[in-house]
Amino acid sequence: MTLDLIATNVFSVPVLAFALGLLAAAIKADLRLPDAAYQAISIYLLLAIGLKGGVALREADLAEVAAPVAVAIILGVTIPILAFLVLRFLTKLGPVDRGALAAHYGSTSLVTFTAALVFLESLNVSYEGYVATLLAILEIPGILVGLLLAGSMSKNSAGADASSQRRWAESLREVLTGRSVLLLAGGLVMGVLTGPEGFVRVEPFFGGLFTGVLALFLLEMGMLAGRRLGDLRQAGFGLVVFAILFPIVAGVLGIGGGLLAGMSTGGAMVLGVLCASASYIAAPAAVRLALPTANPGITLTASLGMTFPFNLVIGIPLYWGIAQWLAPVLG
Amino acid sequence: MSELSEVTCVVIVAESIVEPRLLDDLVACGVRGWTLTPAQGQGPRNRGVSEIEGGSIRLDVLASDTVVERIWQLLESDYFHDYAVSAWSYPVRVLRTDRYR
Repeated sequence: MTLDLIATNVFSVPVLAFALGLLAAAIKADLRLPDAAYQAISIYLLLAIGLKGGVALREADLAEVAAPVAVAIILGVTIPILAFLVLRFLTKLGPVDRGALAAHYGSTSLVTFTAALVFLESLNVSYEGYVATLLAILEIPGILVGLLLAGSMSKNSAGADASSQRRWAESLREVLTGRSVLLLAGGLVMGVLTGPEGFVRVEPFFGGLFTGVLALFLLEMGMLAGRRLGDLRQAGFGLVVFAILFPIVAGVLGIGGGLLAGMSTGGAMVLGVLCASASYIAAPAAVRLALPTANPGITLTASLGMTFPFNLVIGIPLYWGIAQWLAPVLG
Repeated sequence: MSELSEVTCVVIVAESIVEPRLLDDLVACGVRGWTLTPAQGQGPRNRGVSEIEGGSIRLDVLASDTVVERIWQLLESDYFHDYAVSAWSYPVRVLRTDRYR
């Protein structure tokens, strides 16, 4: 990995906007994206990713997509189990908090994924357009497996009483019908139906403005992540190690799986980023409903305060370097 | 003007993630209406995830003493322990008391 790659990533406008958000949080600046704007931007990003992915999916060969989809499902189940086990050795956390973290790390981060696409596009590296399908697929199983692990290992949270069952039903509904899955899956279907001809008409909005809107979103994420940095002390050394090293392990698994499934180097790198990223939107809501005794201070500090900035600044060029290194071996 | 009567106003401030569940539970307690507004602030435990999605909500509910008693029991058994929820109540005077009983 050359310094040029890191510079290309760090000096892109979205990553610089993230840094500005971190600075704003550090100096306690009076800066905040209005909640309505935040909601609208996240809807825009999800729908745009889904639409573009759907258009690409329409043009893809089913046989070409099948293997990466199967690999994504396997990784979506394996990674949270691995996270749950690794956390047992690295931290003193109980099963509920380990399950909550496994749910976060088993799911994905839309913004990290999007930043990876912007990075590849800046290098003129091609990737399979259907990777958005893999994003939609990987959103769900990781959260469910994490919740199940916490439930099966904890007598308190897995009770068969009515309130526990209700919490699980609400959480399942949140995962399956939440904004992330609905807009991504809906966008994919819209993209498949409308095709390239239909997409051309909305391309200036969903394509041309995309990187600029992403920068605005990352400004807000920088402020949110910056506020979490203050909680690092309570996280403990083991959790810090986990939040930095586990994404690299998961990223390598994703890159390797992608290459073995026949994806291009760029596509495998994107699958690696999906595996390396941790959710901080879909998973926190689902975990909060199903595992109310889990401490969100721990999960959000790890996923949003440490893993997200690491992936955004260092991880993305690192995974690209690893993908280039593994491609001749596994590709 | 008709005479004013006293009912109780219960204010519940909660992380927005519990909104759908809380509204269902309040209806089950006998609540017939409410005012819901976005809220900002911080609680002593700071356990919510609301800073990322949806913020907090403030619910103002006017109800009879019987219903208010059920609301307190509900909050104590299902919400206070696990979620970022604060609540308080005070007497208010209204016209058209039947709307709130």
